Amino acid sequence: MIGDVITGLREHFAHVVCVDDGSTDDSAQRAADAGAFVVRHPVNLGQGAALQTGIEFALLHDDAEYVVTFDADGQHRVEDALAMVARARDEDLAIVFGSRFLDDRTRPGALKKLVLKTAAWVTNMTTGLTLTDAHNGLRVIRRDAAAHLALQQDRMAHATEIVLQLGRTGLPWAEHPVEVLYTDYSKAKGQSLLNAVNILVDLVVR
Amino acid sequence: MWIQFLLIAAIVAIGYFFMRRTGADSHLALRRIGFVLFIIAAVLAVLFPQWLTWLANLIGVGRGTDLLLYALIIVFLVFVFTQFRRNVSLQRQLTLLSRRIAILDARERERAESASPDDDADGARADDPRA
Repeated sequence: MIGDVITGLREHFAHVVCVDDGSTDDSAQRAADAGAFVVRHPVNLGQGAALQTGIEFALLHDDAEYVVTFDADGQHRVEDALAMVARARDEDLAIVFGSRFLDDRTRPGALKKLVLKTAAWVTNMTTGLTLTDAHNGLRVIRRDAAAHLALQQDRMAHATEIVLQLGRTGLPWAEHPVEVLYTDYSKAKGQSLLNAVNILVDLVVR
Repeated sequence: MWIQFLLIAAIVAIGYFFMRRTGADSHLALRRIGFVLFIIAAVLAVLFPQWLTWLANLIGVGRGTDLLLYALIIVFLVFVFTQFRRNVSLQRQLTLLSRRIAILDARERERAESASPDDDADGARADDPRA
């Protein structure tokens, strides 16, 4: 699965960084074989920590203009990522958030939609931005905006934290319609509905 | 009574171990003073249980043992909270340390790859036990 995702990305992006968050199977090796540069956490830390590591590593390279965050489970489309980078360039945007709710390509179940909408509402309450889809892993972040990121929430609550920190930069941003592919794999890997409880508690209890 | 002897021995032994100099010397003096006070109070409570009951009655608690139970609950909750806080800060440190290791290791491999472009990417990772 991860091999296909990386291969798809490598057709259009020269540099793909894959953060191995202490995995014990061979997925890190497969990512490397598919052409990603793998950065390895020595122990499992969580998705937010992995995101921060990947972004910091990317920013160490002076030629990195934009950072695209892209889930490795195959739920995002490379075409959407390309369109978002193009839009960031054309409209001089520092941040482009992907949203599955701006068009009707993505059809999440009613319950999932409710959870995502609630998460978006919580995010908007805490960050002051008005996003339609807060928990979408596909984002384009320009270098200057990415340099402001210092994610502290190691686990899932980072999705709100990243919006909060990017919002505080005051840099121009937009939401871009993307399609989320609910493959069986990404469904199995995706956050369960119970995780919504964790996200809320993580945000309130610091 | 035997129980008094056993309790006092246990209290003094525990107090002695807690007052020993450990690696973390923050607030060591305060901790030592606190423990001396604790030992004195505990020994007195064992020798003269009616003293504890007198104190309990003073603040509206029926028996000395009840007062002890309430105090134990509060101390336990404080303990849980401080351990939780310590855990969060340890996790934070672990994250930063792991990230530092991950990035240092990645930079090193990156340099090795750019230095010898003929090498297969796997070569630079041969020493990684997970690879």
